[in-house]
Amino acid sequence: MANLSKLAVNDGHGENSPYFDGWKAYDANPYHPINNPNGVIQMGLAENQLSYDLIEEWILKNPKASICTNEGISSFKDIAIFQDYHGLPEFRHAIAKFMGQVRGNRVTFDPNRIVMGGGATGASEMLMFCLADPGDAFLVPSPCYPAFDRDLRWRTRMQLIPVPCSSSNNFQLEKEALEEAYEKAQQANIKVKGLILANPSNPLGTLMDKDTLTTLVNFINEKNIHLVCDEIYSATVFRSPKFVSIAEVINDPNVVCNKDLIHILYSLSKDMGLPGFRVGILYSYNDLVVACARKMSSFGLVSSQTQHLLALMLSDEKFVARFLEENAKRLAKRHKLFTEGLEEVGISCLRSNAGLFVWMDLRGLLREPTLEGEMKIWRIIIHDVKLNVSPGSSFHCSEPGWFRVCFANMDDHTMEVALQRIRSLVDQKKESSVKSEIPVVKDNKKSQKSLHLSFTARRFNENVIMSPRVMSPHSPLPHSPTVGAST
Amino acid sequence: MAVGIEKPPVGLSRVAISQTHGENSPYFAGWKAYDENPYDEIKNPSGVIQMGLAENQVSFDLIEEYLKQHPETSTGGDHNSNFRENALFQDYHGLPSFRKALASFMGQIRVGRAKFDPDRVVLTAGATAANELLTFILADPGDALLIPTPYYPGFDRDLRWRTGVKIVPIHCNSSNNFQVTRQALEEAYNSAKAMNVRVRGVLITNPSNPLGATVQRQVLEDILDFVTKKNIHLVSDEIYSGSTFSSSEFVSVAEILEARNYREAERVHIVYSLSKDLGLPGFRVGTIYSYNDKVMTTARRMSSFSLVSSQTQQLLATMLSDKKFTENYIRTNRERLRKRYDMIIEGLKKAGIECLKGNAGLFCWMNLGPFLDKPTRESELVLWSSIVHEVKLNISPGCSCHCSEPGWFRVCFANMSEQTLEVALKRIHDFIKKQR
Repeated sequence: MANLSKLAVNDGHGENSPYFDGWKAYDANPYHPINNPNGVIQMGLAENQLSYDLIEEWILKNPKASICTNEGISSFKDIAIFQDYHGLPEFRHAIAKFMGQVRGNRVTFDPNRIVMGGGATGASEMLMFCLADPGDAFLVPSPCYPAFDRDLRWRTRMQLIPVPCSSSNNFQLEKEALEEAYEKAQQANIKVKGLILANPSNPLGTLMDKDTLTTLVNFINEKNIHLVCDEIYSATVFRSPKFVSIAEVINDPNVVCNKDLIHILYSLSKDMGLPGFRVGILYSYNDLVVACARKMSSFGLVSSQTQHLLALMLSDEKFVARFLEENAKRLAKRHKLFTEGLEEVGISCLRSNAGLFVWMDLRGLLREPTLEGEMKIWRIIIHDVKLNVSPGSSFHCSEPGWFRVCFANMDDHTMEVALQRIRSLVDQKKESSVKSEIPVVKDNKKSQKSLHLSFTARRFNENVIMSPRVMSPHSPLPHSPTVGAST
Repeated sequence: MAVGIEKPPVGLSRVAISQTHGENSPYFAGWKAYDENPYDEIKNPSGVIQMGLAENQVSFDLIEEYLKQHPETSTGGDHNSNFRENALFQDYHGLPSFRKALASFMGQIRVGRAKFDPDRVVLTAGATAANELLTFILADPGDALLIPTPYYPGFDRDLRWRTGVKIVPIHCNSSNNFQVTRQALEEAYNSAKAMNVRVRGVLITNPSNPLGATVQRQVLEDILDFVTKKNIHLVSDEIYSGSTFSSSEFVSVAEILEARNYREAERVHIVYSLSKDLGLPGFRVGTIYSYNDKVMTTARRMSSFSLVSSQTQQLLATMLSDKKFTENYIRTNRERLRKRYDMIIEGLKKAGIECLKGNAGLFCWMNLGPFLDKPTRESELVLWSSIVHEVKLNISPGCSCHCSEPGWFRVCFANMSEQTLEVALKRIHDFIKKQR
């Protein structure tokens, strides 16, 4: 039978990594408060499910934004036909405005520099096609988003060189580490074309301050390489310090920068919780890149139906202001609830003020400070504690024992159940002897009773968000990519 | 096309610097002329009429009518989906209800002569993404796909630009209505071999763009035999399958495979989209239907770079699940396209212009060979320039479709009102009269 390409048969799709074990466990046994209360709770998915009610409310109030309603149908034909890769002008304007609002209007964005991509996934790949030849490399601070491996490298055939960060300084990126990685690449005859980073960081949930960003700008200018800032979590900042965008840094008259080297990646998947809508954005200060990427965006345009809806929604300044404020409040609350719950049992997380997750420190629970040690405890967490969390190694973290745990993709009740399970894990670990394995958390009557009590207590104590996530195993919600759809 | 260029400015990639996106070709001069002076029935009646855009605007009313009668479509209809679930849905398997509806729609177009399994449907953001994706999967950089000429100009970009794959033409000519012959297939394959280029597959568009005609059954059989003999792949882009004027005249490669009991089916992959048949290019709905499990799985994974908006999947799942609607739409759309086709052929005939006998698509393949100074590409471009700038019609010259015979032009007829088409026909008529 006719062969397939090298791309088709290699592992570039990334799905053969052990990382997917957690997904498989979840898919095979997904948590459901009523139908499957002992199932695996999904904490490996960085989704923002806290603020849909605000969006739903807006949609109900603005039927014109849909081209199917009576109020909106007069736009149907023009929108359905519109496939211009420039994108609907009103969509570009709305995105530019939204991005400005997210940054407190400290900086403005030019709608003509906005290029669409098939989600951030498509946009980031598209940018790499513009900047790197096969074999070229980009530096990326680690720990970093696992899918960069696939998104940036698979079809582009470029390389990623991790710049390891360590807990000794809270995983901040150090200039020395950058220089070292760059030098090493030079010596190995690898052409470094740029540096890519996520700010706010995934998985850390931390921000880069202005000084650090300026240092990076100086670094890339000195080496004449590109700087790509993935600001996909920019509106998930829920506490001070404020987010500083690379756009603000290069806008500073005191900062010397060749703007042709600066590119921003964005999306609505995290800030607004709309991953299904596939809204990826490339914002480049380089005219040639904008021109080239725009042509390339033909491979991943945003549905005009979706552009139309978002153009109206995001240009509603009042709605956006309210959404950003409320969303941040809810994230702050959820973050506090979770981190305090962890603190109570002696688990600390990296101090963070953004993102949809925490970077949890379980080094103390490892039997050995190695990858194997991390994998061992991870399997226990998945199979016995029944939480799908993401091990630090999948983020290329050089230090074993760290885990990314998502907290914004569930309702309050599920959060409480998760915390309870973690409490049980730690309590039982304390109770058992130092040398023995961490025992299985049994779902016995005792823990269920305390589960029930906890929940009841919460209900009267707090303003729970009344949007229970009732997830049926047959719902079309995202499943692991390794498993076929169940309906 | 030279891909290796000297040092690119400010460190961009070779892909970025290359001209493979194709937009600097003379073909785009017509677009520019239109953009600068677009025809409008009332505001600009002497402007350039756009006849270079293969869009289907003849059947929107059917869709709008459906939406008016079914307001529940905007909220997911019977599927009871709520906004949050839909907004979250980014599973690259695609919405099951949508895949089912799409598979059923594709079967309806083929009047049940072929059936499609919803689980094999892979969704992509438009056929543009589907074709590129398949190329990434079937060929390595430097390899080639064989494509019959004339072909859709966009293939130059879609199949070659980022993939690094080459296109080797299978030359077709008017002596047999531009049908692919076994000899032409062999010649193309051998010319690739002579260049030391590895051929990975044949890609056909059926019905053909720009010919506006379906591929005959025997030709499909020949092509299938050829790819089997050479142990290569076959991609059949059937994006115009629902735009055949008569449902009985379209033979899909799916039917041939079924007749052969799916022997050698693993080398066959079908591309489809809703951009032409349903007139919804803005919605970016494409699909790859492969009979090869490995291709299907890999395509599904790769589709992450270009998924279909869940909002759009939901809308279309509801609409396309309504079999009464789809049957009526498919039938009515065919009739209207035929009527348009007849109108333009008649009008051109009156002006003394012949076209290739067509039976599908949103365009006709017009022969202005007799009006060329010389039977050369240059002459064709000179004539074309007059048509764009003097007659003010943006039509597509055959050379932009890599046609080896000068003098042919693709003329779109479904992206305008009947009145506008009359105006265009009158202009052509007057122009030809002047030529004489």
